[in-house]
Amino acid sequence: MRGVWARTDRWSLLVVGVALLLALPVLTVFVTALQPAGAVWRHLADTVLTDYVGNSVLLMLGVGAGALLIGVPAAWLTSLHEFPGRRWLEWALLLPMAIPAYIIAYTYTGLLDFAGPVQTLLRAGFHWTRQDYGFPEIRSLPGAVVMLALVLYPYVYLLARAAFLDQSVAVLEVSRTLGAGPWRRFYAVSLPMARPALIAGVSLVQMEALADYGTVQYFGVGTFTTGIFRVWYGMNDSTAAAQLAALLLLFVFALLVFERWSRRRARFHHAGNRQYRPARLSFAGRWGWLATVACLVPLLFGFLIPAGQLTVWAWRTAPHVVDGRFLALLANSLLLALGAALLILLLALLLGYGQRLRPRPLVRWAVRSAGLGYAAPGTVVAIGVMLPFAALDRSVDAWARQWFGVSTGLLLSGTLAALLFAYCARFLPVALHSVEAGLSRIRPSMDDAARALGSTPRGVLWRVHVPMLRGSLLTAVLLVFVDVLKELPATLILRPFNFNTLAVRAYELASDERLADSAPFALAIVLAGIGPVILLSRAIGRARPGYDAVP
Amino acid sequence: MSLPSISRFLPSVCGLLFSLITAPALAGGEVNLYSARKEDLIKPLLDDFSKQTGIAVNLVTGKEEALLQRLQSEGANTPADLLLTSDAGRLAAAQQAGVLQAVKSDALTARVPARYRDPEGYWYGLSVRARPILYARDRVQSAELSTYENLADPRWKGKICMRSSDSVYNQSLVAGMIAHHGEAKTEAWAKGLVANFARPPKGGDRDQIKAVAAGECDVTLANTYYLGGMVNSSDDAEKQAAAKVAVFWPDAQTTGVHVNVSGAGVTAHARHRDHAVKLLDFLTSDAAQRWYAETNNEYPVNPAIPPSATLKAWGEFKADTLNVAKLGELNPAAVRLMDRAGWK
Repeated sequence: MRGVWARTDRWSLLVVGVALLLALPVLTVFVTALQPAGAVWRHLADTVLTDYVGNSVLLMLGVGAGALLIGVPAAWLTSLHEFPGRRWLEWALLLPMAIPAYIIAYTYTGLLDFAGPVQTLLRAGFHWTRQDYGFPEIRSLPGAVVMLALVLYPYVYLLARAAFLDQSVAVLEVSRTLGAGPWRRFYAVSLPMARPALIAGVSLVQMEALADYGTVQYFGVGTFTTGIFRVWYGMNDSTAAAQLAALLLLFVFALLVFERWSRRRARFHHAGNRQYRPARLSFAGRWGWLATVACLVPLLFGFLIPAGQLTVWAWRTAPHVVDGRFLALLANSLLLALGAALLILLLALLLGYGQRLRPRPLVRWAVRSAGLGYAAPGTVVAIGVMLPFAALDRSVDAWARQWFGVSTGLLLSGTLAALLFAYCARFLPVALHSVEAGLSRIRPSMDDAARALGSTPRGVLWRVHVPMLRGSLLTAVLLVFVDVLKELPATLILRPFNFNTLAVRAYELASDERLADSAPFALAIVLAGIGPVILLSRAIGRARPGYDAVP
Repeated sequence: MSLPSISRFLPSVCGLLFSLITAPALAGGEVNLYSARKEDLIKPLLDDFSKQTGIAVNLVTGKEEALLQRLQSEGANTPADLLLTSDAGRLAAAQQAGVLQAVKSDALTARVPARYRDPEGYWYGLSVRARPILYARDRVQSAELSTYENLADPRWKGKICMRSSDSVYNQSLVAGMIAHHGEAKTEAWAKGLVANFARPPKGGDRDQIKAVAAGECDVTLANTYYLGGMVNSSDDAEKQAAAKVAVFWPDAQTTGVHVNVSGAGVTAHARHRDHAVKLLDFLTSDAAQRWYAETNNEYPVNPAIPPSATLKAWGEFKADTLNVAKLGELNPAAVRLMDRAGWK
């Protein structure tokens, strides 16, 4: 009996311990927020707070809705139907993911701004002046919603597609024999069954939209994120900034609780032993081409136009700005992204499996709180890493001085270890969502069978789950890889001396308002992200459970 | 990719990563720099310094506040010897936070005018950035312009493009106005200015200049080096836009044009204090000062050094004589004031 308890506690302790460690940056924010702040709150409430709240909520809802509107139909078309170009659209639809949000904002502003080529052509062509025509202002809240939705919809697309591919063919075929047409099958059968995946995708998208700083700041849209930095940088009040950040995180936590609650009853395990690849429904003729066009639209606006603009700029500026350091930048970016992705995968696997093994409230809450960092602006997470790490360094140093008379200096601060930790704290949820979704599709009876045959919990994970989860794990690794490749704020603050990445370089030039000069580096990020994106799509196509069993 | 292979792979990846951080050390020792100036705008100077002195310079760039926070949290163990910012207010804040120390050198005292440095030597200005009025050559006569205050006049209704009040350049400008005219008067001015905006504030300084050139508005404020960058751009469209815009130096009869400095201070716990002072000396030397002017169209802080040809073409101006440290002190008040005035 005692042995059982000790084992139980080991798993719970491990999972709760790791989860709390990863929640450290967020906890730091809350601790900082507990200090009394100056008179800033009164001022904010009197002036800009309503704007911040209103804009943040609208941004979140708008981007979520936009991502659903683009991602779900695209996923439904490519996963269950056959039409011209379907095979390459399947992966090409993921490409916008590789473009950092602020980069797409810059490129569209360059094109659609009053001084840009589109409006200039219109004015020249029709001899208009400023008062003669109305043109939607790109640098506005709706503009920000469109920009973010264009680069974030792939999260929804990805998860929706996996869910559609995964749905039991039997259910779809039954609905077909009962005479349901394609529309009815979509909204009455496919959509409700995919709901957990859709909500998971939308919540990722919304968290990322709330954390965005580059786009909204450039567009002059006041949100919680811009407010945090305004209070911190402009008013020198880091406590009030932490309180704003804490408020944002509480809001996100509520969102996550709601997400859990909304899928409280939804449990989807595969009931049968085998699934067969559903026969794709062919769209013939006009309908087929219509489907092609529908999938081309997000690809065009989310990838082809901005990447085209970047290419044009890069063509002109690359000879001036690309020098011998370029390869080092590329190597740094790729290695950092790969290292972080693998590390985060292991952590996500540990937390996801620990949660399955010990579904206690304490474990579940700890794992939830570890995922909060995703919704915080990267800078806030970075500061949340910096403060406790520096405190740890200081106390180790003081201890070493006292007992051995030597100074250990900074052991963690300013090293890549601190940076990797920040990535883990920030991007864990991306991997965790994927791992959890995969695990939830494995029937618990599998675990029971393996345990009954004498396997340890760890053995079940490595010998049963991991092989079955190949697709989900690959998805997790590649998503995090692309995210870290694009990551800027934490890299900027925490990186060691003389260490740069592509994202840092692109940002430095762009923030100096040399957009064209930053294009070669932005393009390199996009190109480095494309490979993984293609791999990712293939992995999902192949890794449907039961697929290998098809004779 | 299966997991056992991942776990075999991970240590080697981490090993590779960590081998990347070992910095090359030159024979003459090293000095560590936290810089809010972008790498492109400081690295060439640092390379020259290393060549001349044999002292290696290790560099981290980032945003002012983040670097300051990093410096503070690292405390006595900080590796940084020198903090370089692109705004005097941040240096004053660093001094107040106790992370800088006072240093003196004859070269620094001789080259940097008193209003561009801390009286006790906690920090020194390295380059001067001016924020004049820019206007559309074809639609505005320079005689119509006079002062910053004048931009709040209703005659400019719908004619002014402005960057967001998130920009530290605008915050610092308003801080300067508060120092000269007091809060009440400045707030009334800011409200008048906001009422004249052609569109809600957005974009960077170059975007404002392009908007003036394209005819979206007639007048804006921008730091001169952005216009200089456009004049010398590799992009013809930027060059053409810059040609349509002229510089007006406001407040010539009164308080002078708003200026701020980029500058640096030696950290309180610097391990390489002497090297850091040497680097400061170098950054105010004739060659380095000329570099600021030629490469980024900033004004040399040393009055003996002539500005670049691009800068000369815009004429001479009277700079505000206010000590730039005051701008940092009043920055929070300026931000609150702009919030109240509805300056987004």
